[in-house]
Amino acid sequence: MAAGVLSGVRQVFRGPRLVSAVFSCHGQTLSSASAAVKSAPDTAATEKILNFPLTQPDYFHLSELFTMKDLFEARVHLGHKKGCRHRLMGPYLFGSRLDIDIIDLEQTAEHLQRALNFTAHVAYRGGIILFVSRRRQFSQLIETTARECGEYAHTRYWKGGLLTNAPIQYSPGVRLPDLIVFFSTLNNVFQQHVGIRDAAKMNIPTVGIVDSNCNPSLIAYPVPGNDDTPVAMEMYCRLFKMTINRAKDKRRQMELLKGISASV
Amino acid sequence: MAASGCRGVRSILWKYGSCGKNFCLSRSKTVPQLPVRHICVSSSLWKKNLAAAGPQKFTQEFIDKQVEEFEIGKRHLANMMGEDPETFTQEDIDRSIAYLFPSGLFEKRARPVMKHPEEIFPKQTAIQWDAEGRPFHFLFYTGQQSYYSLLHDVYEKILAMERHQDKMRNKGLLTSETKQILLTGSRWLLKEEIEEYLVENISDHDYMRLIQLMEKLLSMPYCSLEEEFILKFRKQLEVQSSKHEIPALQYDPQGVTFSVADGRRKTAKASITLRDSGSGNITINGRNYLHYFPLLQDREQLMFPLHFVGMLGRFDVEGSVEGSGHSAQAGALRLAISRALLSFVSEGDVEKMRQAGLLTADPRIKERKKPGQEGARKKFTWKKR
Repeated sequence: MAAGVLSGVRQVFRGPRLVSAVFSCHGQTLSSASAAVKSAPDTAATEKILNFPLTQPDYFHLSELFTMKDLFEARVHLGHKKGCRHRLMGPYLFGSRLDIDIIDLEQTAEHLQRALNFTAHVAYRGGIILFVSRRRQFSQLIETTARECGEYAHTRYWKGGLLTNAPIQYSPGVRLPDLIVFFSTLNNVFQQHVGIRDAAKMNIPTVGIVDSNCNPSLIAYPVPGNDDTPVAMEMYCRLFKMTINRAKDKRRQMELLKGISASV
Repeated sequence: MAASGCRGVRSILWKYGSCGKNFCLSRSKTVPQLPVRHICVSSSLWKKNLAAAGPQKFTQEFIDKQVEEFEIGKRHLANMMGEDPETFTQEDIDRSIAYLFPSGLFEKRARPVMKHPEEIFPKQTAIQWDAEGRPFHFLFYTGQQSYYSLLHDVYEKILAMERHQDKMRNKGLLTSETKQILLTGSRWLLKEEIEEYLVENISDHDYMRLIQLMEKLLSMPYCSLEEEFILKFRKQLEVQSSKHEIPALQYDPQGVTFSVADGRRKTAKASITLRDSGSGNITINGRNYLHYFPLLQDREQLMFPLHFVGMLGRFDVEGSVEGSGHSAQAGALRLAISRALLSFVSEGDVEKMRQAGLLTADPRIKERKKPGQEGARKKFTWKKR
């Protein structure tokens, strides 16, 4: 009798687990076995497309896009005066000459490589990239860059709850950006841009060009560099546009290959 | 229970633990009965918050269905009226509806109307992103995509114009005599009109910035290249100088030219016949003007238009007037005489008469009496305490 009761209890406990197993399979109707078989190679190919690039250190060959000499000629190493220096930018500076801070281009090149690589991977996986800057001189350039690479830009007045109050500011069901690139982390009153703090609150990774008077703490991929000279800004825009286009082309190529191999 | 009796409060039974039906069924044998809690919520939570919902949103399918029904209804209406459904225009629809549903309502907007759904349902923005959630417009995340994209386009045009200017300067063809856009007789679109054009709300500051940017575009020498674009944002003003309706010159059986004109002042209505080759007689309501207007001031009013154009002894004036008092009647007659004179007088004299104020109808009427006051302006005696 005890054994019968025990078996009854065991059956009861087995029941819910089976039920939960059925419910955990997302949407796939197990009525047609063939459908299940076809979906397996598809998901395997998609996973390969998504996971393989992550195993390579420089899958998109972004190191060939710029050299340190290019950065020097674009005057990326020029910072602000010694008095404007931010305490946390100290490690990124090479030194100061005639009171002007010089940014260490070796570190810049390293950081820029990392930032471009991250941007490329986000673009490869179809993420939304938002370019942000509050410099009025470069607003037109940044908006044009965003339009040309099929991403988004916000170089205007930043309204309070754009990221934190998104369902009400836009519409319910809006998708927030997956990466925010700051071409200048300060706003027109020389305070940190609100977007940096909001992106950190909403768990959105940020890439930012930090000048010698900016605070690099909350930014995920800071790139120490000049954000005032037009030559430097044009170079950054060109680099980001090229990485995003490269990544998107690569993704399209992989999708085509997958399509060809699936049909074969 | 008390909860069910009360209208504004709903009680929700809440069982803590997982609430899946399957789990409950399988576990009911082994797990004891869970305690039930009554949670009373006020009506504000379950009633629809009409104020927060905002303006009613219509789906695209709904609008399409309305358009389809409108087209079918238009054809039915044409058949009913016995007209060709293919060439049935909006004016015909309005006429037919006014015939079939005669309405005595004064408010035109309350009368039955049959218009295309585009004109009835307010324009609203559709879903701004695709299936993957990526927005269509590159400035979507600014919150005011149409306005900022307009600013972007205008600035793009300014830069293009500057580049064109530089090219001309390099070729040595830079001249200051470039074709200018005609801006007289038009004004910039108002903020409300811009909002309608953009289907977005903008602030006064935004509107000012847009106008400043357009002015900058206009200030450049080669602005005629973007004439079409600029004129999209300008509205033609109504013609200020109203064309004076010159009464037609008519001929008597005897061959005498005459003209007829009307005039009004306060409640007085006057009608004048001006006959040429006369001797300056003025007859009003069958009586001589000396008898009708004993006061010199009124007779001077009658004389003024003729004296101004210097044709005092040329015309025979025959007039009829009714209503109001003697001064208003004189004013009405004066206006009627001036209007009748237009057909006998040259273009330059017409302009002179207009500037003298002879052709302007006096709009002053008796102001109404307001409640709480003696008259229109006079107040009751003010008592300090």
